[in-house]
Amino acid sequence: MDDLLREFLTETNESLDVVDVELVRFEQEPNNAKILDNVFRLVHTIKGTCGFLGLPRLEALAHAAETLMGKFRDGMAVTGAAVTLVLSTIDRIKQILGDLERNQREPAGDDRDLIAQLEHMAMQGAVEAAPAVSTGSLVYQVLERPLRPGEVSLDELERAFRETPGPQPTPAPAPAKAIPAPPPARRENKEEAADDGGKADGKVANQSIRVNVETLEHLMTMVSELVLSRNQLLEIVRRHEDSEFKVPLQRLSNVTAELQEGVMKTRMQPIGNAWQKLPRVVRDLATELGKEIELEMHGAETELDRQVLDLIKDPLTHMVRNSADHGLESPEERRRAGKPEKGTIRLSAYHQGGYIIIEIADDGHGLDVERIKAKAVANGLASEADVEKMSEAQVQKFIFAPGFSTAAKVTSVSGRGVGMDVVRNNIDQIGGTIDVKSVVGEGSSFTIKIPLTLAIVSALIVEAAGERFAIPQLSVVELVRAQSNSEHRIERIKDTPVLRLRHKLLPLVHLKKLLRMGDTGEPADGFIVVTQVGSHTFGIVVDSVFHTEEIVVKPMSTKLRHIAMFSGNTILGDGSVIMIIDPNGIAEAIGTLEGEESEDEAEARSASAGKMVSMLVFRAGSPELKAVPLSLVTRLEEIDCKKIEFSNGRHLVQYRGQLMPLVRVDETARIRSEGTQPLLVFSDGGRSMGLAVDEIVDIVEDKLDIEVVSTSVPGVLGSAVVKGQATEIVDVGHYLPLAFGDWLTRKELRADALTRNLLLVDDSHFFRNMLAPVLKAAGYEVTTATGADDALTRLKAGERFDVIVSDIEMPGMNGFEFAEAVRRDVRTARVPIIALSAVASPATVERGRQAGFHEFVAKFDRPGLIAALKESTVDWNEAA
Amino acid sequence: MKANGKFDESVIEYVTVMLDGQLFGLPISRVQDVFMPDRLTRVPLAPPEIAGVLNLRGRIVTAVDLRLRLGLAPRTDGRPPMAVGIELKGESYGLLIDAVGEVMKLSNGTREANPVNLDARLARVSAGVHRLEGQLLVILDVDRVLDMTVADPLAA
Repeated sequence: MDDLLREFLTETNESLDVVDVELVRFEQEPNNAKILDNVFRLVHTIKGTCGFLGLPRLEALAHAAETLMGKFRDGMAVTGAAVTLVLSTIDRIKQILGDLERNQREPAGDDRDLIAQLEHMAMQGAVEAAPAVSTGSLVYQVLERPLRPGEVSLDELERAFRETPGPQPTPAPAPAKAIPAPPPARRENKEEAADDGGKADGKVANQSIRVNVETLEHLMTMVSELVLSRNQLLEIVRRHEDSEFKVPLQRLSNVTAELQEGVMKTRMQPIGNAWQKLPRVVRDLATELGKEIELEMHGAETELDRQVLDLIKDPLTHMVRNSADHGLESPEERRRAGKPEKGTIRLSAYHQGGYIIIEIADDGHGLDVERIKAKAVANGLASEADVEKMSEAQVQKFIFAPGFSTAAKVTSVSGRGVGMDVVRNNIDQIGGTIDVKSVVGEGSSFTIKIPLTLAIVSALIVEAAGERFAIPQLSVVELVRAQSNSEHRIERIKDTPVLRLRHKLLPLVHLKKLLRMGDTGEPADGFIVVTQVGSHTFGIVVDSVFHTEEIVVKPMSTKLRHIAMFSGNTILGDGSVIMIIDPNGIAEAIGTLEGEESEDEAEARSASAGKMVSMLVFRAGSPELKAVPLSLVTRLEEIDCKKIEFSNGRHLVQYRGQLMPLVRVDETARIRSEGTQPLLVFSDGGRSMGLAVDEIVDIVEDKLDIEVVSTSVPGVLGSAVVKGQATEIVDVGHYLPLAFGDWLTRKELRADALTRNLLLVDDSHFFRNMLAPVLKAAGYEVTTATGADDALTRLKAGERFDVIVSDIEMPGMNGFEFAEAVRRDVRTARVPIIALSAVASPATVERGRQAGFHEFVAKFDRPGLIAALKESTVDWNEAA
Repeated sequence: MKANGKFDESVIEYVTVMLDGQLFGLPISRVQDVFMPDRLTRVPLAPPEIAGVLNLRGRIVTAVDLRLRLGLAPRTDGRPPMAVGIELKGESYGLLIDAVGEVMKLSNGTREANPVNLDARLARVSAGVHRLEGQLLVILDVDRVLDMTVADPLAA
């Protein structure tokens, strides 16, 4: 009985989910007999099984619903109210099933209310379907007309029950009164249909069977064991060269691999399983909110691990509810906005790399940026000033902040205090990400990116201090071999190891030191696993790197789960257990909040001047602290003073096959004559310059707010408070020309560039601060713009500029688009524009030329910029 | 076998194990198996009494160094330890011991409370003492042995 009941529960629950979906479809296509047949058959099957198992409540309910649907089949008009009624019947059935599952028996209580409504509806339908029927009951019906289906009068109820004795009132007698002939015929139809249905079910059942998840898990473990045994055998055969086992073992090996793959496949399920409930949810919401909503679903067959599937079910439902409730407008609003009255929610899923991408998009009114701003300020998530500086995309991200709900009014649908932060948490837990894009008036779109499976990941096997570890391949960007005599070598800034990688300094961490294993020495040789977590990039130094392997992730023992560095453990092919490194934990441990900039960060930087910046703090000349943004420093060197040569009034040193000029911070600074001389090396376009300093103090991370802007002291941008100490922020740009002695050009320029108006467009606060004084010094009247939009606004407002200097990589409208926009406007079409870019590949230069840039100058190439400016303005003068 | 230990109120079967010269008893109903811990993987940053993890027939077993857990001297003789397999809340543990002894049936009635002066780290996990001929048998409460939150290895 137990097994039978369990089987029944599983099957019925599944059938009911299908009924939900089908009914909603049916409501939209009331003439689709196929759908109706489908629904009818399912309900009929439920009814039949209930009778067999002796579940009278369920049977009665299913029977009443079936009767009503029978009417539909007979041609009764399908109304929203009728479908709602059937759906609520199904809800009741589910409720009873829930009790049944818990208590092994049907709960007490009765369902006369629903059954009466169903019968009433069926009767009404019968009258409608056959209006020319006898008088007696017609009067009876007419009297009831004003009542809504949900408001059946007590009299009517009493009557219905008096007329139909027994605990399971069949509705047949009532319609029989109205239409004496049809019922028997209909019965037959029904039975036929049911028979057909039975056959069809049989066919489906033959193609798939239900397997207990535990059985699958066990199977998986056994396969892992098999793999281990196979590997042991392979190891033995390897030692005996000409073994006759070789060929059969090879075969065993292949079969095992296929078996493993097959078993893993059984864990995969189509994402449609998580979507099944959504059409019903949306339909109910639409009714409740008085909206018209169409739910489109694409890619329901996309498969993912069932464990992941379970975890995203709820967040998905929540987000769809949100879209329906907050995203879409009411029909009137939509009409006013010139949109079709029916709003659309589009769900789509597809595979991309090792991830599955799920998108939830609606064509509603989009996120209300102003309201989000107000709310963010009210909730203390950001200051008013910060919010004003933020881009729309940044403001939109606030919806994921804890306790944030955009709904101004709390509805019964959503806004129950469960916000997007919960959704985001759930997604975070499975190593996924969520992002939002929204355009006011056009709609919002959420993109969720989650790994296909949590159970099997591709991992890089590395070794540190004699132990092996697995690093998930997904977060590994590249591998770099570090050797003390090669180009890639581990350098250090005080105690912090760093690696110069393509003109960036990459923070490094020695795995064995981090894990406090064995000796804490930090050898200069090793492999660097360049790892990316979110927007942070760092290098993990390991002793050796083996290979990548598909590993089966096993959770850490509860006794070890507190160790943030590990996300789990796994059994390798050779049978040994190794730890899986959690890159998030490592990122936190080394506090790497900076590093390579992602799009997001660049965006963030443009908006909040107070963003954290890594700075290299040093002393040179005076005892005051000086600092320069770490990202500008190419490398740190300590050179033997004997190698410093003095020629032509300048200090030079042989460096990497070139003569590199050394520059002092100011007059008071000295270049040492014995011992070693620490240098900050700045490189630009193949040229390097060494800034001699007395001592490198530290690398700190702090907000860079230049408080006192200096214009009088050359080489100093101003002062800022760095880690609580007043620090001079050094202007690297000042020293580059000093090193290369082409500042005569500058002087020359100063004379004829007399107060030309220059517009400097750069999203980076730092570059604006750095370049503006330089350009001013070169004789230009400088106006700064924080982005292309800002610049265009100024131009459109009629501000006149003689030359524009613009960054290329900017959030929102980029430099190319900006240049094109400037060129399109007649008033500004002839203003020369100079592009500033960190990357200047031939392709970008060409693209720049097409967009209308006069010149392409690398950032930090100050002489180049000054020369380009001079040329452009001369050109322009001549042309004018 | 398991049932025997449980149903008989007065007699409990114990697996005796040797640790630093002292005899300890573990209720046989809680012991899954006894095995030779092979290829133990250290877990960096783990509490000291966690000796590591190992693969036992496809399951990952957390090995607990019972000597350290009980505040006894660390193993120095270089002989490979044995392990007693314990299951707790769906997880597998292996208690590392010096050697495994015999299975003893002991009456509950002869069990005595911990002496008041028993080392605190021992008293915490001990469920009483049996006086045997020539030696004492300390009964271990498996749940408390594995309740690491109670542990405070640095306290004593």
